[in-house]
Amino acid sequence: MYSNWETVIGLEIHAQLSTNSKLFSGSSIAYGAEPNTQANEVDLALPGTLPVLNKEVMNLAARLGIALNATINKRSVFERKNYFYPDLPKGYQTSQLELPIVEHGELFISVNGEEKRIGVTRAHLEEDAGKSIHGAAEGCTGIDLNRAGTPLLEIVSEPELSSAAEAVAYMKKLHSLVQYIGICDGNMQEGSFRCDANVSVRPKGQEELGTRAEIKNINSFRFVEKAINYEIERQIDLIEDGGEVVQETRLYDAEKNETRSMRSKEEANDYRYFPCPDLLPVVIDDSFIDAVRGDMPELPDAKKARFVSDFGLSDEDAAQLTNSRPMADYFEAVVADGVEAKMAANWCNGELSAWLNKEEKDVAESPVSAAMLAGMCKRIADNTISNKIAKEVFEGMWNGEGDADAVIDAKGLKQITDTGAIEAMIDEIIANNAGQVEQYRAGKEKVFGFFVGQVMKATQGKANPAQVNQILKQKLAG
Amino acid sequence: MSLDIDAVKNIAHLARIDVSEKDLETYTKDLSNILDMVDQMNAVDVTGVEPLSNALDATQRLRADVVTETNKREALQANAPATEDGVFLVPRVIE
Repeated sequence: MYSNWETVIGLEIHAQLSTNSKLFSGSSIAYGAEPNTQANEVDLALPGTLPVLNKEVMNLAARLGIALNATINKRSVFERKNYFYPDLPKGYQTSQLELPIVEHGELFISVNGEEKRIGVTRAHLEEDAGKSIHGAAEGCTGIDLNRAGTPLLEIVSEPELSSAAEAVAYMKKLHSLVQYIGICDGNMQEGSFRCDANVSVRPKGQEELGTRAEIKNINSFRFVEKAINYEIERQIDLIEDGGEVVQETRLYDAEKNETRSMRSKEEANDYRYFPCPDLLPVVIDDSFIDAVRGDMPELPDAKKARFVSDFGLSDEDAAQLTNSRPMADYFEAVVADGVEAKMAANWCNGELSAWLNKEEKDVAESPVSAAMLAGMCKRIADNTISNKIAKEVFEGMWNGEGDADAVIDAKGLKQITDTGAIEAMIDEIIANNAGQVEQYRAGKEKVFGFFVGQVMKATQGKANPAQVNQILKQKLAG
Repeated sequence: MSLDIDAVKNIAHLARIDVSEKDLETYTKDLSNILDMVDQMNAVDVTGVEPLSNALDATQRLRADVVTETNKREALQANAPATEDGVFLVPRVIE
């Protein structure tokens, strides 16, 4: 029944900018400090204080503008968004409305192998609020203002996403991009990258957009997908049952997998924006933008193309490696250490990724450094160990047993390449398995695998496979 | 009169200003007068005039991204009505 409907989704993503100090004050924005130890007079909005804009945020916002192929406004204006809440000491949030720093960008996503362009309406600078701690004391709410004034970039997409899968692809792409260009640490647990989704449905073929609901603060990729899918079904069911979608803010409850109305009062949406009289228009010039452009790191799509052309990797391998900048850097470090690119890619995308996933670690936390993996790959290349044994070596390195050579020595994993030793072993096996030898010689070539297995068993997998194959063939031929 | 009494009540509520019933009519009249004046200004042809967002012909100065502040929690909470374990306490906000 859902096939007669189409979905329209727009995302608003708040990325916390990686600065040292706040948007308008010299207080630290470091995460996890004791409550209210990083909140000064400006952050507390004491009378007589005035904001002074942090120069670095202009640099970081411009970087995003360049990465999104967007317009960077040389003149931008801060406005006041007025509402009352105890964790907003000024009674307004300083934000941008009419003249945001970034407008008219684009991001390309790929879903089921198809590329799609998603417009980015705007990205504007604004400050974060403090934190409310409910139930801090009997009948009270506690207020911690450490986060108040932390610089955010709100990145607003066009309503051009048409499924939860596209929304997740867009969010992941942007998440990777902000980390690539070093403007946000992307830490979703700490709230550095948060997402609100505007979702509406309309009958297929209808031009006019349906009424949308906004789902607030969905903080993982998985929840974005589930929340949007729930919301789509809720709206379609509602309309098909003769109801109407109400424009409202809804919260996603991950435990119940449902969205529910936030019972927000109608007037709460009347923010009475006006230009902030405490802040002059911010003007930047071409030389500022040129300097930022000159400083831009390589973007994900360009890096992927380079991995394909310079290293001869497949599209899939290159895409997987460049999904995150730390992984791409790791791979390049392994290659720079003298490892053949395809081998390095296989280990990064294979064993390394598998262990990282299994233990839910980031590349940066990998117990196996790029240098250690390179050392191991060299032992494969010089035939000290086989690919199969290398997995055991990798596991040893992962578990802190030292570098590849140390693990190989300690566990006696060195490959047997002494032709004489392998020959002796094969002679013995042939002598003990006369029946199989006869079968092989009678043309049953499958039995060859049995002999390889016997040699590997006798050597605990340490015989050089290529040598074993060659010698076995000779000897069995008789 | 461009505003009615309900609009003024709503504005007062949004700004968390307690306006007594007896003053409402005066405010409605005064605020309407201001808006009428804005209407007069709106009638002026401003084709080709740059919008002015600040009366000073100046632009924002920027500061370097340096942490210059140290922990002043004790001093800044000295005149707060209620604190506990470093957080400010306010009447419970119902979610």
